Amino acid sequence: MIIERLKNGIIKNNPTFVQVIGMCPTLAVTTSAENGLGMGLAATVVLMGSNVVISALKRLIPDEIRIPAFIIIIATFVTLIQFFMQAFLPALNKALGIFIPLIVVNCIILGRAEAYASKNSVLPSLFDAIGMGLGFTLALVVLGSIRELLGTGTVFGMSLLPATYNPALIMILAPGGFLTLGMLMALINFINMKRKKENERISRYADA
Amino acid sequence: MSFFAIFIDALLVHNIVLSRFLGICPFLGVSSKVGTAVGMGLAVVFVIFLSSIMTWLVYNLVLVPLDITYLSTLAFILVIAALVQFVEMVVRKKWESLYWALGIYLPLITTNCAVLGVAVINMNENYTLLQAIVHSLGASLGFLLAIVLMAGLRERLQENTNMPKALQGLPISLITAALMSIAFLGFSGLIS
Repeated sequence: MIIERLKNGIIKNNPTFVQVIGMCPTLAVTTSAENGLGMGLAATVVLMGSNVVISALKRLIPDEIRIPAFIIIIATFVTLIQFFMQAFLPALNKALGIFIPLIVVNCIILGRAEAYASKNSVLPSLFDAIGMGLGFTLALVVLGSIRELLGTGTVFGMSLLPATYNPALIMILAPGGFLTLGMLMALINFINMKRKKENERISRYADA
Repeated sequence: MSFFAIFIDALLVHNIVLSRFLGICPFLGVSSKVGTAVGMGLAVVFVIFLSSIMTWLVYNLVLVPLDITYLSTLAFILVIAALVQFVEMVVRKKWESLYWALGIYLPLITTNCAVLGVAVINMNENYTLLQAIVHSLGASLGFLLAIVLMAGLRERLQENTNMPKALQGLPISLITAALMSIAFLGFSGLIS
């Protein structure tokens, strides 16, 4: 059950690569692996808080006003994480900028509240949040690492490419975000299509 | 900055979609036809214009005097959600043809991060009310410009039958957006 929820969020229904939601922070903050990790974890904490509270209060929230109620709960957790980051992680807070308050309108969080937490009990909702949050974080770290590596030659600040490598600055500017995500999605499509073809070939042999 | 500089900066230099990465979901989701893209873009212009006036008033007349500016995120999202509902009701009652043109897009706008993003930028930059209005018009017209251009390009792409299968759909849209973004990078330095 727990493993199934985690796997669902990280691989099967990965919010970024499969569901393609929450695109704005995905593209905007992944200029480095570290920023991606910070944003992913901040969103994960908000998602865990909101999923737990919403699943606990689901009988008390009238159906007609559930969306405004969800938004208030989410905004409360976003304000908390904003305080936390201002106090303890000022550099990261500055790097992520307006995308911290914008976690409120991240469709992943409201989506999980509506699709899962409002229909399930507290514990599964918590693990659903952890799975989805980690799936989001993983996607951001992958994107951030690629862009940082090509754009500055480092990953998490560690120099990985030889000094003769001439960094492609465009990768950490706005176009690099669109380009990297587009290429990654094409790669995932390509792998999926190849796997499907292989499966068809095997099942044809099995039938014959 | 003068009003004109704020307007051009928000429209072209820091285009809300292609440079600031706000409102990507409708930009990719509702841009397969020029007609629907124009509808969505106009609805966003309308809502961002009203919401930045409302959030400016709430911030400067309520939150600042009471010294509770840390509640801005909570207050802004409530104002925006209420405003979108209200606009939907008024438009439905007063201008029915406009409602049928914009109606389906209006509820989607609450979760469009461009709306909250413009409100937060207005707050961070300490704009006056007039500056905030000019900035909101520039930013939202920038959204309209980007989504209509994107829809035009995607209509052409659908006629292309010679594209690798793996690139069809979203990947090629993202790569198109990357090329548009490179073009918009050319505007940087326009205003110093």
